[in-house]
Amino acid sequence: MQSYVQIENASMVFSTKKGKFTALTDINLNVDQGEFIALIGHSGCGKSTLLNLVAGLLDATDGVLLLANKEIKGPGPERSVVFQNHSLLPWLTAFENVYLAVEKVFGDKETKAQLKARTHAALELVGLTHASAKLPGEISGGMKQRVGIARALAMEPKVLLMDEPFGALDALTRAHLQDELMKIVAATKSTVIMVTHDVDEAVLLSDRIVMMTNGPAATIGEILSVDLPRPRERLALAHDPQYHELRSQVLEFLYSRQMRPKEAA
Amino acid sequence: MSAINATTESLSEILSGDDVVLASKESPAAASRARRTPLLETESGKRVIEGAVNLVKAAFPPLLGILFFVALWALVANTNKSIPGPVETWGAAVVLFSDPFYNNGPNDMGIGWNILNSLYRVGLGFGAAAIIGIPLGFMIGRFQFLNQMMSPIISILRPVSPLAWLPIGLLVLQKAEPASIWVIFISSIWPMVLNTAAGVQRIPQDYLNVARVLNLSEFKVFTKILFPAVLPYVLTGVRLAIGVAWLVIVAAEMLTGGVGIGFWVWDEWNNLNVAHIIIAIFVVGIVGLLLEQLLMLIAKRFSYD
Repeated sequence: MQSYVQIENASMVFSTKKGKFTALTDINLNVDQGEFIALIGHSGCGKSTLLNLVAGLLDATDGVLLLANKEIKGPGPERSVVFQNHSLLPWLTAFENVYLAVEKVFGDKETKAQLKARTHAALELVGLTHASAKLPGEISGGMKQRVGIARALAMEPKVLLMDEPFGALDALTRAHLQDELMKIVAATKSTVIMVTHDVDEAVLLSDRIVMMTNGPAATIGEILSVDLPRPRERLALAHDPQYHELRSQVLEFLYSRQMRPKEAA
Repeated sequence: MSAINATTESLSEILSGDDVVLASKESPAAASRARRTPLLETESGKRVIEGAVNLVKAAFPPLLGILFFVALWALVANTNKSIPGPVETWGAAVVLFSDPFYNNGPNDMGIGWNILNSLYRVGLGFGAAAIIGIPLGFMIGRFQFLNQMMSPIISILRPVSPLAWLPIGLLVLQKAEPASIWVIFISSIWPMVLNTAAGVQRIPQDYLNVARVLNLSEFKVFTKILFPAVLPYVLTGVRLAIGVAWLVIVAAEMLTGGVGIGFWVWDEWNNLNVAHIIIAIFVVGIVGLLLEQLLMLIAKRFSYD
């Protein structure tokens, strides 16, 4: 069977003032439908660039990216993105932010009432029904990120792309949202590609962890399968030897084989 | 700003005086108890004092500044007899403003008419500048080519003193009235063009990425993202522009004549009525302040930070 997302020999070269900069090279990755992939690596390794290639916000210099056997050309709502800094429009309420996306995707086929029902459902999914009339400036960082997730999910994307979605949040809020995300993904059976720099987050959430080598010219160093049974419990995993083994494998890759660029120099 | 807000809050607290009413409605025993405690030591009494203290604290520096200014003015007026002092000017102002809208022909109209005429010219010139300048700013910000094309023209024309445009206006338009409006137009257009363009260029990439991921139509991009994102910048430009326009109208009217606060100043100079000139300076300053505050208020409504 063909994979859902296929990335073949993708590379990305940026033209900068100082000449060509090769960010990514020889990226080969297949993602199955319903799979949760974590992209991990040191900062500057191009993991966000890879995500942007799948999102279509960047065009690969070389290679092919396919989604459900169709070439990815430009951004589109079937690959919705949860941005690192939520990227809500500050002049629209939580409801309106989600509605804007819903209206765009389903506006042609559905009535206003149906669109509104979808928006309400998405906000309910992330537990924000009570805050739907609030502007982003009036709610906390964690709530904003949840609206961002609601917006992305409401579009019923084929792939949900997340760019360090919880990076800017405090540890407690992050843990809470990770748990919620696991529930939501289990309920919606979404295919997810998530960029993270948090080893625990990667092990906890994903089915496979894609570990990237350091840039420039970064590529996939190793792919680690996370065979922990679902549903996963944060507290139970804390005492799970398999969890610790996986965690130390990622740490081993990041800190022993892929030293921070600064330290290596 | 915040200091002023704080005092208005405490003021309204004092004025509402719920506690005072409640206290008087209480049982006689409580009332007698309240009578025994000195008024200023009760809860509401303390709050009145606190509010009054805050009010004085906030009002003291500006009042001191004004007092200092008036004292300096009185001193200057005292040493130079040709300049009327604060008391004399106040007396003249009371007379002047007791009948602001008399009309004894085009050369002798009340101060109110003069102010309104100036505001009318500013409104026309500034309005035209906004209608042309804001869309132009949007386009310059959106299209790099247009930006590069317009950049040298704007760079050269922007620093030109507004009054240098008056002869061109008089030549082309043949009349004083439209020429002064033209001067307002040309001097107030630049802040709006430049601020709008800067706003468009500074739209966070995140918002545009959202638009791209959602595949929004150009119309939706404009109404839901571009316009609201740039609006605060536009309003800053408008605020700067109206400041410039009001600054320039006085000078332009001095040269072109007619009814208006600028010409009025010149007229009173010819009459050697210095008190009226000083009043005009205050009027121009206060009207300018009000215009600016009005726009600040509007800008605040559209600020999302």
